Amino acid sequence: TPDPLITEIQPWAQGLGDGVDATPYGMPIRFEQDVVRRNVPWLTADPISSINFTPIHALDGTITPQGCAFERHHSGAIELAKEDYRLMINGLVDRPLVFTYEDLERFPREQHVYFCECAANTGMEWAGAQLNGAQFTHGMIHNMEYTGVPLRTLLNEAGIQTEGKWVYVEGADASSNGRSIPLEKALEDVLVAFKANGEALRKEHGYPVRLVVPGWEGNMWVKWLRRIEVTTQAVESREETSKYTDTLADGTSRKWTWVMDAKSVVTSPSPQSPIKHGPGPLVITGLAWSGHGKIKRVDVSIDGGKTWQQARLASEPGDKALARFYLDINWDGSEMLLQSRAMDETGYVQPTKKQLREVRGLNSVYHNNCIQTWHVKTNGEAENVEVS
Amino acid sequence: DRLTPEMPAEFDRVAVENDREFHLIARAYADEAKADAPFGLGREALPEEIAAWNLDVSPDGTGLPVGSGDVMTGEEVFADNCAVCHGDFAEGRDNWPKLAGGDGTLADDDPLKTVGSYWPHLSTTWDYVNRSMPFGNAQSLTADEVYAIVAYILYSNYLVEDDFVLSNENFTEIVLPNAEGFIIDDRAETEYAIWSGEPCMENCKESVEITRRATNLDVTPGVDTAEEQAATAPAAEAPAAEEAAAPAAEPAAEPEAVVEAAAPAAIDMDLAGKGEKVFKKCKACHKVGDGAKNGSGPQLNGIVGRAVASADGFKYSGPMVDHGGDWTPERLAAFLANPKGEVKGTKMSFAGLKKEEDVAAVIEYLKTFGQ
Repeated sequence: TPDPLITEIQPWAQGLGDGVDATPYGMPIRFEQDVVRRNVPWLTADPISSINFTPIHALDGTITPQGCAFERHHSGAIELAKEDYRLMINGLVDRPLVFTYEDLERFPREQHVYFCECAANTGMEWAGAQLNGAQFTHGMIHNMEYTGVPLRTLLNEAGIQTEGKWVYVEGADASSNGRSIPLEKALEDVLVAFKANGEALRKEHGYPVRLVVPGWEGNMWVKWLRRIEVTTQAVESREETSKYTDTLADGTSRKWTWVMDAKSVVTSPSPQSPIKHGPGPLVITGLAWSGHGKIKRVDVSIDGGKTWQQARLASEPGDKALARFYLDINWDGSEMLLQSRAMDETGYVQPTKKQLREVRGLNSVYHNNCIQTWHVKTNGEAENVEVS
Repeated sequence: DRLTPEMPAEFDRVAVENDREFHLIARAYADEAKADAPFGLGREALPEEIAAWNLDVSPDGTGLPVGSGDVMTGEEVFADNCAVCHGDFAEGRDNWPKLAGGDGTLADDDPLKTVGSYWPHLSTTWDYVNRSMPFGNAQSLTADEVYAIVAYILYSNYLVEDDFVLSNENFTEIVLPNAEGFIIDDRAETEYAIWSGEPCMENCKESVEITRRATNLDVTPGVDTAEEQAATAPAAEAPAAEEAAAPAAEPAAEPEAVVEAAAPAAIDMDLAGKGEKVFKKCKACHKVGDGAKNGSGPQLNGIVGRAVASADGFKYSGPMVDHGGDWTPERLAAFLANPKGEVKGTKMSFAGLKKEEDVAAVIEYLKTFGQ
């Protein structure tokens, strides 16, 4: 039968749409209102000090729109105006300095695309498959194009003294989140950023200025950055001792586990993005990343890891940035155990859950970069499972 | 080339070339920045400014101010400022962090990580309390109060006696039980070496069984499946669309309700302003204002004059339900001055507001929020 959407004149083909400026700063069309950040209420005591998740199951490409990029606050997202913004450099420097926002704009700028992953991403899955959706298991990640000033430029402006071995970076919000970063990393590629994806940082991502620490855990990407102190030692703040440390099976804990190892996940099909079209051509897609550099290759298995095939990377992978992969198959409608496995330029291969648990036990909380399995059923629905 | 068999060759080349050029430019800037000549931007940080912000304390005691506090004083200050979330004995309430206990559990299935069982350095506790606590009212404690609170946390973990006094003098003598429990990241040796190399592509295992399912636990927050969304979407979309299309279509509705609720007497805005500051002590558990939801405590919109134990969806204690009637200003004042005396068995572990004027101010502030 003829499709009335074609044979009948539709209102949008006859009447008028919105004029320009109907929405001076646009929002997604209402049909996409389901593509939003979500949180898991039982994870934390209060949404003021909590985390939510990027809807990675519904996005494509590699750049995460700021409006749906996950948020993590320790005492809420504060409002800090550019004219009230000050950045101090103190400690073991020749000239302790204070910069205004306008000062920062006068230093030579750089642009880079980097992923930011919370160390706790996939952390709820250590003891067993728990959350049903790529957004919830892998959504503590975003990937943006940052514009800012290299931290080394600002440190050079203040003049680092020879005893300086670390920098302590601190935010302006009430949580006073602070982390110690070895001077070597601070001088390598850390960025003091004020734009993301071309526009000002969003309030929830540290407007007007945040730190970008490529490849390292998100907690170090201090938002509302207000102070950089050059020190001889690590401060061993709350966020680098009681949190963001990885407890092993014997009760000892690893500290200073800053780098996010290579990881990947199939974003579709997945529990929140089931197959609705039945057998035939199917696009399997997902994301891969490594804090050690570029993604070299991604493999996909549809039989729970018995056999693997190499996926297609959508573009040349960037350094410490998300890579998008595709595997185009002809689905026969039978059950699948979908997995992806990332390999980075160092030769590191993303481990299975079993491999990770053999080394670390079940109590690490952070840095779970295991291979994820989705059980896709014959009706196209998918579920988070673990396999032997 | 393992990269991508299907990628068009010319695309590959263009991308890499652009990348290379870009990096050259970036490096040129970087070299320039490394040169000795500064740009002369920014201004000198004044000593007072550095003193105001440079508050961090290191494990060797660097950064600690002069001061002291004893366990008994700490117990009082803790009850006033911390117990509302962390419990009277630092045992933690709801999902808020437990600060005491857990000794010897780090190798267990579900370790309890507290200051006593897990934190390696006492400096971290002092630093965090001083800069970041109480939640919603940070940097409101004096140095002596922080010493006292930290002394009390040590006492709650059975690490000192009840007559202990903590000061900048004896601070670094305290060694926490798990001080030696940390190793520096050793993944390069224990993991990277093992998990690198050519991965298996075929016949990687004989059989595959599903061993766990997320649905067994059923802890995923309510996300409709795509089909349910399709079924409910039009209904769910309509209100949002209407709101967007007709902003403030009925401006009268809400303000009127607010006025009605607050009508009995004019609000003393000066006093309410003071109450807003006092309310910081309550904020960790109670939300008020537009869209306020229940947290550890019930939301407080319209609380002055509201029926006792009437916030939708909040699980009140039995004694609070039995308290009955309405929250008149008088009854609220009595409860806020002495919660546990007024309603024996209330879940609210707040010690109470000592000053009458604080009680009056916070009630005035709460009056500004209608239902």
